[in-house]
Amino acid sequence: MSRPKNQNYKGHGLSKGKEREQRASIRFKTTLINTLMDVLRHRPGWVEVKDEGEWDFYWCDVSWLRENFDHTYMDEHVRISHFRNHYELTRKNYMVKNLKRFRKQLEREAGKLEAAKCDFFPKTFEMPCEYHLFVEEFRKNPGITWIMKPVARSQGKGIFLFRRLKDIMDWRKGTAGKKLTSLEAPPARSAVNPSGSHDARSSDDQKDEIPVENYVAQRYIENPYLIGGRKFDLRVYVLVMSYLPLRAWLYRDGFARFSNTRFTLSSIDDQYVHLTNVAVQKTSPDYHAKKGCKWMLQRFRQYLASKHGPEAVETLFSDMDNIFVRSLQSVQKVIISDKHCFELYGYDILIDENLKPWLLEVNASPSLTASSQEDYELKICLLEDTLHVVDMEARLTGREKRVGGFDLMWNDGPVSREEGAPDLSGMGNFVTNTHLGCINDRNNQLRQLFRSLQSQKKASS
Amino acid sequence: MRKAQGSWEKRILKSLNSMCTELSIPLARKRPVGEQKELLSKWNEMGTDEPDLSLFRPVYAPKDFLEVLINLRNPNYENGDSLSFRTHLGLIQVPLKVKDIPELKEFFVELGLTTGQLGIDDSTQVPPELFENEHVRIGQKVLAEQDGAAAQQYIRQGSPTALRADLWALILNISSQPEDILYYEQLKTNVIQHDLLVDSLIYKDVKLTASNDDYYFVFEDYLYQVLLCFSRDTSVLGHFAYNSASPPKSYIRGKLGLEEYAVFYPPNGVIPFHGFSMYVAPLCFLYHEPSKLYQIFREMYVRFFFRLHSISSHPSGIVSLCLLFETLLQTYLPQLFYHLREIGAQPLRISFKWMVRAFSGYLATDQLLLLWDRILGYNSLEILAVLAAAVFAFRAVNLMEVTSLAAAEAVLADLSTLKVMPLLQIFLFATVT
Repeated sequence: MSRPKNQNYKGHGLSKGKEREQRASIRFKTTLINTLMDVLRHRPGWVEVKDEGEWDFYWCDVSWLRENFDHTYMDEHVRISHFRNHYELTRKNYMVKNLKRFRKQLEREAGKLEAAKCDFFPKTFEMPCEYHLFVEEFRKNPGITWIMKPVARSQGKGIFLFRRLKDIMDWRKGTAGKKLTSLEAPPARSAVNPSGSHDARSSDDQKDEIPVENYVAQRYIENPYLIGGRKFDLRVYVLVMSYLPLRAWLYRDGFARFSNTRFTLSSIDDQYVHLTNVAVQKTSPDYHAKKGCKWMLQRFRQYLASKHGPEAVETLFSDMDNIFVRSLQSVQKVIISDKHCFELYGYDILIDENLKPWLLEVNASPSLTASSQEDYELKICLLEDTLHVVDMEARLTGREKRVGGFDLMWNDGPVSREEGAPDLSGMGNFVTNTHLGCINDRNNQLRQLFRSLQSQKKASS
Repeated sequence: MRKAQGSWEKRILKSLNSMCTELSIPLARKRPVGEQKELLSKWNEMGTDEPDLSLFRPVYAPKDFLEVLINLRNPNYENGDSLSFRTHLGLIQVPLKVKDIPELKEFFVELGLTTGQLGIDDSTQVPPELFENEHVRIGQKVLAEQDGAAAQQYIRQGSPTALRADLWALILNISSQPEDILYYEQLKTNVIQHDLLVDSLIYKDVKLTASNDDYYFVFEDYLYQVLLCFSRDTSVLGHFAYNSASPPKSYIRGKLGLEEYAVFYPPNGVIPFHGFSMYVAPLCFLYHEPSKLYQIFREMYVRFFFRLHSISSHPSGIVSLCLLFETLLQTYLPQLFYHLREIGAQPLRISFKWMVRAFSGYLATDQLLLLWDRILGYNSLEILAVLAAAVFAFRAVNLMEVTSLAAAEAVLADLSTLKVMPLLQIFLFATVT
């Protein structure tokens, strides 16, 4: 698909701060119908286009991207909400591979101590290709629990826990259907390849084949931090505007998702206990829709501070910053950093009882559907601020360190909280400009920001 | 007052007894051994139990209690038939002495504009060197010295999050001695061995209120552990010495009227009502050890909370609080008060439930804890009435535009975004009177 060039527009990167033309209206497109639609429709000067119309902004889903990105021409100013090969970060097997490689590189260049900072993902093995390595590790640690996760599925589908090799030997032979619960979709009729394209299979093949879908076997964290006897994980939002150079923003709000039932290792088969995705919890017999299994991060941070003191909490949160930055660094050289692309990731983090954070996974399409009023407001604000940072309206100078609820976490180097302090180079210690779980007075900040931008503009014109 | 309290108690007891006969469940029975074992194994996750509670109703709800209070009259007091500007237009018609704003300003002097506060002066715009750091340092010193009186004075300016649990324990004189833990374990054994009718009421209350709260549902199990033990704790009977209420009595089967066979029922003399579990829920945020949590709650109850549901003339009693609230509103926001009265939305009808629960479940937890800091610091519940009036003052503009009780309720339905300390400060110290 080709698009006519807009002669009046001068393109540039946000960080350069050159003048940009204001557009009369911004044409957006999206297939989602939840909070995102509300935000887009209410944005002044934004107009929806449907079907084949030309667009300036597209919040697409990943399947569209896969099929169309490579043969879509986009003007300089156009923005789209995914990177072409985001799966390097978001597919569990690729992420693990990239992280392992990055870790090795760090060890070569900066030593063991530095590399140890990448030890935030539980030991993971790709199946079936790393099966033998997995068995070796399994034998070294008898009695621990492992979790098997499909590489490309979401919302907790297809996941099961096991302690004996026998359990997965059954699965390998294709009797896995018995282990998987009713939530599991029937095995895919067509094979899904890592690149995401679908292959058709003839009916003859189906009866003999085991599912070709890739899985990863991961060490299950048996000592999660519990609140009220329940397990939970954290959902945190990270906005990446570019990979080369790496520019990432961290949103102050997020939430902790609780499992509805009390945690115990004795019931491995009880999927409801171990998986904290809201999608899974919604089907648990204990689930009451009104209850809402979520705590806002501010509440969680306060709870921890009253229990463990502020220093322990600071350490925990800066360890989490470390996770975000290093995970992005590990795929920096692999992801095609197209300047049209940006991406809002949903990070899933699990805290263990020693207050160490672990990375469970990164989502390229975090759920934007609201499960409660509070959740709705969080997502509305999140998306509004995302659009502010993407800045189709060309209002920002590119030197901002905070936009609404987003704090600039990494700008081709660490970003310091203090004004004018020297940014330390390399991957050493930094007092990052992050405020996860802190007060989000975004309305005030946005008002001040835009007011000063406007007066700057007036002064210079 | 005592007469009114007496007749209210009779009503509650009657309701409890009738529920008992209706459902043919004994008020108390000994559990069979099998059941005892089962309960013991499930002690830490009682929330997973789903007994059939549909036939149980809470014995009473705050609004029933409000009706009783509205009808209180002092037979010795002649109100006079003519209306004058002195006439009290609110619902409470008992002439108790309540403080006015100048007296409140004096009483709450540490909340003034020139004194640092947590809840105001620890906000992001204020550099911590100005107040917060020093305040934390003083708090640590107070704790190191274990000085209860100093702690009480200190906490009037709010407690830092990390120090709050210890400060409250110090002020309430709770130290976890082995005897205390033993006592708690004994209560736990009582729960295992005997089943009380009020247990079902407690279950129902927790399921209806705390379990449905977005922030407290996590602590469901702790609530059972605390409240079930609480209802069997006879040491709570001690507080009836300074409470105008008296504990309800029950008689062993067949021996009605014979005093030798009378026992207090429930053993602690307190019949839970709808929302009772919300007194405990915020404490779960601070204390994670069941016996300590229990002790703190029990002490908070016998010092403060009992006054919120018994009829007395005490200045921290609920009657005085209601009157204080109405007087403040009528005196300092007369237009608003009159307007609401005209549209049939007496302000007390809306604020009563806030005060009875000490705002638990209505405010955000961190704000609630800052409020309860001050209750401990001033050893008085009057701040609840002041806050209620401050909330009305804050939303006065919207309230002036409503035309029905339902609409007024809607304006005041969501208090979760309110910041307690600025509201109190503005109302007491920054409003032109």
